[in-house]
Amino acid sequence: MLSIKDIDVYYGAIHALKGINLEIKQGEIVTLIGANGAGKSTTLRTISGLVHPKKGTITFEGQDITRLPAQKIVELGISHVPEGRRPFAKMTVLENLELGAYLRKDKDGVRKSLERVFEYFPRLKERMYQKAGTLSGGEQQMLAIGRALMSKPKLLLLDEPSMGLAPILVQEIFKIIKEINEAGTTILLVEQNAHMALQIADRAYVLETGRIVLSGAAEELAETEAVKNAYLGG
Amino acid sequence: MTEFIQQILNGLSLGSIYALIALGYTMVYGVIQLINFAHGEILMVGAFAAFFAITVWGANIFAAIIIAMIASSLLGVVIERVAYRPLRNSGRLAVLITAIGVSLLLQNGGLMVFGTDFRAFPRVIENTHYKFFNGSITITSYQILIFTVTVVMMLILQYIVQKTKVGKAMRAVSWDKDAAKLMGINVDNIISVTFAIGSAFAAVAGVLLGLYYNTIYPLMGLMPGLKAFVAAVLGGIGLIPGAFAGGFLLGITETMVSGYWSTKWRDPFVFIILILILIIKPSGLLGREEKEKV
Ligand SMILES: Nc1ncnc2c1ncn2[C@@H]1O[C@H](COP(=O)(O)OP(=O)(O)OP(=O)(O)O)[C@@H](O)[C@H]1O
Ligand SMILES: [Mg+2]
Repeated sequence: MLSIKDIDVYYGAIHALKGINLEIKQGEIVTLIGANGAGKSTTLRTISGLVHPKKGTITFEGQDITRLPAQKIVELGISHVPEGRRPFAKMTVLENLELGAYLRKDKDGVRKSLERVFEYFPRLKERMYQKAGTLSGGEQQMLAIGRALMSKPKLLLLDEPSMGLAPILVQEIFKIIKEINEAGTTILLVEQNAHMALQIADRAYVLETGRIVLSGAAEELAETEAVKNAYLGG
Repeated sequence: MTEFIQQILNGLSLGSIYALIALGYTMVYGVIQLINFAHGEILMVGAFAAFFAITVWGANIFAAIIIAMIASSLLGVVIERVAYRPLRNSGRLAVLITAIGVSLLLQNGGLMVFGTDFRAFPRVIENTHYKFFNGSITITSYQILIFTVTVVMMLILQYIVQKTKVGKAMRAVSWDKDAAKLMGINVDNIISVTFAIGSAFAAVAGVLLGLYYNTIYPLMGLMPGLKAFVAAVLGGIGLIPGAFAGGFLLGITETMVSGYWSTKWRDPFVFIILILILIIKPSGLLGREEKEKV
């Protein structure tokens, strides 16, 4: 479904990604784990067109999307929940969700998606007219995921959805991620919480200072010494 | 007392015009954090477009306003596209200098094309004077027109920004450009729309200035432009309600200063206000620490 071939990404002089290769097949949950500054967010930002690689290609469902602007990539069916959630703080929960469906013309479909989001996250429905900036961290994460679902993506990119959440809420969010996947959305999940991520993912990639150092079935990776020591606390 | 009320009324109509201009500064600042110093010249071009529409084509005042809005919008969009967009990722100083350059270019271009003389703006409608309280308070039909047009424009803008899809996109872009892109919003298009709307408002202000002062000339945008910029800062740059509050407040202050003190101090006083506000509360009267910018 998505295929990243040998991409190099720079921020000015900083060489953030150094020849990354990554594959995602339809229906999978793939997780990308790694330490701070490894380049996880940059990988997602490159896929969604917020930054462009200096070299290499990204193809999505057979189409080269390497140079496409971000809004075209959304249109093709990739939705990105950015690190830090980035809600439109001064707009209401409902307005945020409506913006998620910005490119859609099918009003009935949008209404169905909205109902869907409220089924996943009933708390958003209760707070529909509340300003997004006044939501709790957990609710903002729900909003960010809900907003991304409003475009009815085929591929959902999630950047550290568990960041800063209480363990019970992390459980809840991961359960919903699993449900979203079972309902047919492919997922690329970036996580610091490698333990949880490896539990729900089919496959995993380990990123270290801009390079993929390990990859394979999530279950198997979770058993390797290197991953255990570095990311699962021994 | 009647004198005071008269000054308030005069201030309201002058302030309406400042508010319309201030709006363009504030909206553009909201989406790209740039002070568009060419805004006064966009206003001037609108006034001339209306002038020619009336004198050459015999348009009525409302048709002339529409034509002015179209001319100014096009100019605003072209300026953004040609001069500002290529510098989007450069430092703010480079963009600021470019903005001043565009302003000077248009002033001199205006002098070349339209000539240096003042032109009488056609008296398209009767300027009736309505007297109240034994003639101690006068309201002119121009004042009523200016104030009404401004209020209507204000309501239209509120509707666009709060209720329409493009308005929501503008607010999203002004808050967080990357997040807006992830929604599928074409940020460049929204910036163009913002310039178009801000410039259209400047055009209306230009026509109203023509009516109010009776003349238009290529440098007519300079002083009102600067004052409206002060009004925008006064209300809180980036805040639409701030532009209106600042505009009205500045208009009233100005008429008060010239009415009770001295016309010589009218213009300097405006810049004293600017300096004071920048020292005391740079975020403006309605500004808070973090703010929505459109
Ligand atoms: N806008 C930027 N400008 C310059 N350098 C950047 C920028 N964004 C990221 N970097 C650098 O690129 C590298 C990769 O950053 P990235 O955000 O992708 O890491 P990450 O794996 O997501 O880290 P974290 O777990 O802390 O979120 C880091 O060295 C970072 O400092
Ligand atoms: Mg990150």
